[in-house]
Amino acid sequence: MAGATLAEKLISRIAGVDRARAGDHLWCKVDVALLTDPTTPQVGAAMARLGAEKVFDPAKVVIFHDHFVPAKDVKSAGLARASKEFAREHGIEKFFEVGRAGICHVALPETGMVVPGDLVVGADSHTTTHGALGAFATGMGATDMAAVLATGKTWLMVPETIRVDLKGALDKYVCGKDVALALLKELGVRGAIYKALEFGGPGAGDLELADRFTMCNMAVEAGAKAGIFKADEKVLDYVGSRTDREPVVFEPDPDAEYRRCIEMDVSKVEPMVAAPHSPDNVSPASVFSDVAVDQVLIGSCTNGRIEDFRAFAEIMNGRKVHPDVRLIALPGSPSVLEQMIAEGIAASLVQSGGVLGPCTCGPCIGSPPGVLGESEVALFTTNRNFQGRSGARSSRVYLASPAVAAATAITGRITDPRNLAG
Amino acid sequence: MKSVVKMKHEAEERCSNVDRGRALRISGRVIKLGHDVDTDRIIPARYCNSFAQEDLAPHALEDYDPGLANKIRPGDVIVAGENFGCGSSREHAPVALLGAGIRCIVAVSFARIFYRNALNLGLPVLVCEHAFDVFENFEEIVVETGAGKIIKAGTGDVLRARPLSRIAGDLMRAGGLASLVRAMTVPGREPGD
Ligand code: SF4
Repeated sequence: MAGATLAEKLISRIAGVDRARAGDHLWCKVDVALLTDPTTPQVGAAMARLGAEKVFDPAKVVIFHDHFVPAKDVKSAGLARASKEFAREHGIEKFFEVGRAGICHVALPETGMVVPGDLVVGADSHTTTHGALGAFATGMGATDMAAVLATGKTWLMVPETIRVDLKGALDKYVCGKDVALALLKELGVRGAIYKALEFGGPGAGDLELADRFTMCNMAVEAGAKAGIFKADEKVLDYVGSRTDREPVVFEPDPDAEYRRCIEMDVSKVEPMVAAPHSPDNVSPASVFSDVAVDQVLIGSCTNGRIEDFRAFAEIMNGRKVHPDVRLIALPGSPSVLEQMIAEGIAASLVQSGGVLGPCTCGPCIGSPPGVLGESEVALFTTNRNFQGRSGARSSRVYLASPAVAAATAITGRITDPRNLAG
Repeated sequence: MKSVVKMKHEAEERCSNVDRGRALRISGRVIKLGHDVDTDRIIPARYCNSFAQEDLAPHALEDYDPGLANKIRPGDVIVAGENFGCGSSREHAPVALLGAGIRCIVAVSFARIFYRNALNLGLPVLVCEHAFDVFENFEEIVVETGAGKIIKAGTGDVLRARPLSRIAGDLMRAGGLASLVRAMTVPGREPGD
C-alpha cells in the first residue's frame, strides 16, 4: 500500500482508525469548533431543529465577534446579541466580544486552543488557515456546525491531496500572499475542489508562520478542503508558548500518493495582484500600473497580522496617502493593535492619513468601515474579490499583499512595491 | 489532461458508498447559470445580517442578475457549470435559493461546503457533466435522484448524473440533516457508532 499523505495521517488520528484513505467517509472527533457573530444564532437555530439542547463540550467551542460588529445595522446588532446569549446559555467561556475579539482566524491561533494534530472546524470557509499549525482545519455551514455542537463529531470524506513543493527563499517585498496568488493562478478556483493542499519541501521551513497562515487561508480559494503544513520547530515554539496541550506531529510518508504535485520556486515569485472578480485572475502587480484606486484596505484574516503591518509600514516609511485614496487599516486582533502601537506603526499610519479601525472583517464582507460605493475601485489585502461582496455590485476589488497595498496607497495607482523601495 | 471533474469522479467511484434508497422526482423549469457562481452572487454579504428565509429569498442571485429572483417559480431547477457555490461557508446561500423556489441544482461540479450545506437542508444537488451543455434557460426538466436521471422533457432525452453517496441519498429523502438526526436519534447512540 502506498504511504499516507499528511491529510490521511491527521484524519486517521481524529477518526481513530489505523489508516484513513482518500475517498473514505469517516466520523471524526472535533477538537476545536469556531463560530462568529453572524453564524452563532443560525447554528443555535439549527441546533433547535436537530433537537439538541446542550453543547457537547463548551471548552472546545470559541466564538469571536468579528464580522458585522460593532453592529452595522439593527439586524446585525440582533445577531450579535443572540450570539452573546448563546454563549452565556451554553457556558462558553471563550466568547470574545468586539474589543477583545480579533478576526477569528488571526485570533484563534493566539489563544493557544489549536495544537498540531487537531481537527478544527469553523462556521467560516477560511478555517483552512489553521492548517498552518499542522492541524486538519476546514469550514462548514450552520447545520453541520449544529451537528458538531450537538455530538462533538462530524463526518468527513478523506480528501485526495495536491502536494506543493516549495523551494528557494522569498525575495524582499514578496510574501506568502504573493505565493498564494501565484498558486491560484496555477490551480484556478476549481483546481483543488474536495482536495487538501499539502505544503512542503525545502522552502516550507523558511516561511514565517504569518506567510503560512496566509497560504492556508487562501487554499479554500482554490476550492480546497484544507491547506496543511507539517508542524515544525517554529510551530511548536508558537504553540508551546500558549498552551500545555500536547501536540501530535505528523509527517507525510515519502511514498505518499498524491493526485498532483506542483513545484514552486518561491524565489521567482514577484508581487502579484488578483483582478476583479475572481481570486485566480492573477498577474504581476506591474501589469496593473494604470489602475487608479479609491480605497486601500490593509487587514483581514489573510493579512491582518503584525508581520503584515510591518511590511506595510516599511514601504509607507513616513510617506503620505495619495490625496485621491482612502486608506483603511484594520488590525487582525487586539494584540496585533497593541504591537502596532508599541512599534509606532499605529501612529505613523494615522499620520500618513489613514483610518485606523477596529479589529474586524470590515469591508472584506461589505461591513463598515469602508463599504465601496458605485463604480469604486479598491485594492484589498483580503482573500476574495467576488462581485458585490464589499459594497456596490459595480465596485471592483483587486487583491494583493500588504507591500503592494502600501505602494498603491502612496501613488494612488496599483504599484509594485519594488518601485518605491529604497 | 484529465478534467478536475473526471478526477473527482474517479475518486468518488473508489468508494463503494452508493445510495440505494428510494428516488425523488423533481420536475420544473431550468434556471441556467454559469461557471464558478460564488456564494456572494447567490446571496450578497450585505443581506447576511439575517438568516431568515423570507429575508434572504428576495435577494437570491441579486448580484448574478438583479432581476432573476422575480423570474424563478417554485419548483425550478438550477442547471450550472463548474464549481457552483464557491466561496463562503454561508448556509444563507442554499436557504435563499430554497426560499426563492429552487428545488434542485444540477451542476458540473460543486464547491464542497455549498454541497454539504445544500444536502443538510434537504436541497437535492446532483453532479452531471453534460446537462450544462444541453439545457437552455426556462426549458422543462425532470430529475430523478436515485438513478441519477436527468430528463429533457421536450425531447425525452435522458442524461446521467453521478450516483449519490449513501449519506447524500439519506439526507435528501429525510429533507435534511435535522430530520435525519432526529430520526436516527436513539438514546445512548452517537453518530458513527
Ligand atoms: S476577514 Fe473576510 S474572509 Fe476573513 S473571516 Fe472576515 S469576512 Fe471572512
